[in-house]
Amino acid sequence: MSFSDFSTEGFACRVVDLKKEFVLKSETVRALRGVTFDVPTGDYVAIMGPSGSGKSTLLNLLGCLDQPTSGSLWLGDDDVAKMTDDQLADIRSRRIGFVFQAYNLIQQLTVVENIQVPLFYQGKPLSREQHQRCLDLANMVGLGERLDHRPTQLSGGQQQRVAIARSLINDPFFILADEPTGNLDSRTTEEILQLFERLNNEGRTIILVTHEDEVSKRAKRVIRLKDGRLQWDRTNSQEVRDEAARYAIENMPVEV
Amino acid sequence: MMGNAMQYLMDISFSEVVNRVFWFFGAILAVWFVNIVINHPSAVMLGIKNLWLHPMRSILTVLGIFVGVASVIWLLAISKGIGDEVQRQIENLGADTIMIRTVKPPSEKLSSQGLTPYGLTREEYDMLSATVPTIRSAIPIREMRRQFQFKDRKLDGRLVGCTPEYAEVTKLEIDRGHFITDAENFSRDSHCVLSAKVAEKLFPYEDPIGQRIYMPENQDFYLIVGVLKPKGATAAVGGSMAAQDFSNDVYIPIRTLQQRIGDTIMTMRSGSREGEIIELNQITLRCRDVNDVKKTAELVSTALSSHEKMEDISVVVPLELLEQAKTTKYMFMVLAAMIASISLLVGGIGIMNIMLATVTERTREIGIRRALGAKRRDIIRQFLVETSVLSLTGGITGILFGLLCGPAVSAARSLANSWFEKQMMDLPAVVRTVEPSIVPESITGAFLISLAVGLIFGIYPAIRAAKMSPIEALRHE
Ligand SMILES: Nc1ncnc2c1ncn2[C@@H]1O[C@H](COP(=O)(O)OP(=O)(O)OP(=O)(O)O)[C@@H](O)[C@H]1O
Ligand SMILES: [Mg+2]
Repeated sequence: MSFSDFSTEGFACRVVDLKKEFVLKSETVRALRGVTFDVPTGDYVAIMGPSGSGKSTLLNLLGCLDQPTSGSLWLGDDDVAKMTDDQLADIRSRRIGFVFQAYNLIQQLTVVENIQVPLFYQGKPLSREQHQRCLDLANMVGLGERLDHRPTQLSGGQQQRVAIARSLINDPFFILADEPTGNLDSRTTEEILQLFERLNNEGRTIILVTHEDEVSKRAKRVIRLKDGRLQWDRTNSQEVRDEAARYAIENMPVEV
Repeated sequence: MMGNAMQYLMDISFSEVVNRVFWFFGAILAVWFVNIVINHPSAVMLGIKNLWLHPMRSILTVLGIFVGVASVIWLLAISKGIGDEVQRQIENLGADTIMIRTVKPPSEKLSSQGLTPYGLTREEYDMLSATVPTIRSAIPIREMRRQFQFKDRKLDGRLVGCTPEYAEVTKLEIDRGHFITDAENFSRDSHCVLSAKVAEKLFPYEDPIGQRIYMPENQDFYLIVGVLKPKGATAAVGGSMAAQDFSNDVYIPIRTLQQRIGDTIMTMRSGSREGEIIELNQITLRCRDVNDVKKTAELVSTALSSHEKMEDISVVVPLELLEQAKTTKYMFMVLAAMIASISLLVGGIGIMNIMLATVTERTREIGIRRALGAKRRDIIRQFLVETSVLSLTGGITGILFGLLCGPAVSAARSLANSWFEKQMMDLPAVVRTVEPSIVPESITGAFLISLAVGLIFGIYPAIRAAKMSPIEALRHE
């Protein structure tokens, strides 16, 4: 690959030989030992792998929460690996959507206010369009009636939907989700997965980390990490995805 | 030497430099705060909202600053009030005067048989007024306790023999009639002038002018030619602790007193006769210029050095007292400010304590905000706004309460007067009558200090919050 034909056009992100080491007192943990892959715009990627294989580390790097030890990470036209803390924060507020396993909503804020937080740090007062967008997003995730509720008044699934709405507010390169269904039962997991599917069908790029095969089968593509390296990178056929979706609905516990 | 240096510091550096430093830092802090309020109003709203989540905690923290600021203002106002009162009393003595007082010598210096004459003499008065070039006037004074009587009304008071200049130097103001004149003094008229209180006590119904009061000790009558306006006390002179009280005075020409009463005074006290032979109780010298006062005082001390052995006079220079009193006042105020600053410091520690707890408690939130795009300085600003809101609330309420100092002290005094009348009377007059005088600098100072306290004690917790990596903060439970 010569540099001249390296283009970011059509890619949500491009990862080139990304390495991350944690220097501890007694040892150096090499969490990522050189990972290379591309995510085209509109892709739906599930990252799998055993515990400690570096999934969260990779996702944190993609989400600009941390800086790699070496390698490149292209988001749009910028190599994020070379950015300062402030520039990273700027990217996070403008172009990253993060969904966490633990929802991570701010307890004292209402549903709308939580959705607005990334805009708050873009340094401009909220425009009317942006405010409308918040309401639209809340409606889209089905919480249009609960705009003034606080996180403690919502169920886990509802909180995670607020988090997804929040991740979309800044029109991100991609939605990054670290085990978004890890804390949810199978019914709410299904709600979230359907929401992701819908967003992906609308053209959103999604990268999620999961332990569960049923979840990974719903993605278009699965990347498996092992010991900080990419073990394999496969595409799920449409049949596999449909089958997994049908199976999930059929095996859903009956509502009492 | 020390006194001079001190004086220099007090007069020039203290107020000026402190003022400038205040304004310099004050301007910086104010610009910072106004900038935040204008450019990040949402950060201010957020800060207030967060503080409102723990109202009790916030109010207690504010209370710490409130008490500090209010006590700065109160302590300074009260100490300045006391200092001003002392200064005013000394100023009433006249900064251009020198007072030479006769004092009772130690008993071993008096002979055991008979009465020993002591104190200032008329000869010395003549000598001083004739020879000291820098004085404008010299006033001889003789005073004694006497009973005054009109019809069946009696009053114990002080009889003062003096010359016309006495009224001017002592700042006595005539209400009706006239003060003693030179002519009256020269011809030794039995005329007298009453102070306001004596006139009121002896003549509640009649016009005193033209009446005669009776002094039983001398079996003598004096024609009233003038009544004075009421007058406050002045500072104590001549080693007596009590402030000079002019309220029970009756004034007569000194030559009249010399002829009709004389120098020897015998009194019956607990069965035995006691007496004194004194020509003059006091000579008040008035200098031509305030700058001559020190020189003149030295000259006078030398001229009267024969009294050193007897220890029967004391020279009081109000100007020196005034300088001492000013220095004392400033030192008093500095001390008060220091004590009050300690309470501000404690308030500041309170803020820091609460902010550290808040940072720990909100680590998770900080992580979320960082992950969603907050820069380090956004986090720092968020916490600094919170501490500023806390300390400014404390500062502003403290200032408002500080401004109530005057009314509050009068209210407290009237309460104390009605509940502990006895004990109140035992207090020195200055304490009983103190009017707090708010020092304007203490208001601006307290305001700026409270803002500074908030920022200084808030900055460490804020930096600690911002320093955390977003990932670590997110992991925090
Ligand atoms: N901040 C850190 N300091 C030191 N070591 C770290 C740090 N973060 C991660 N590691 C190490 O890097 C490796 C990869 O961790 P990572 O969290 O990415 O694993 P993971 O694949 O997400 O595991 P899991 O499935 O359990 O979430 C682990 O060995 C972990 O101990
Ligand atoms: Mg993980």
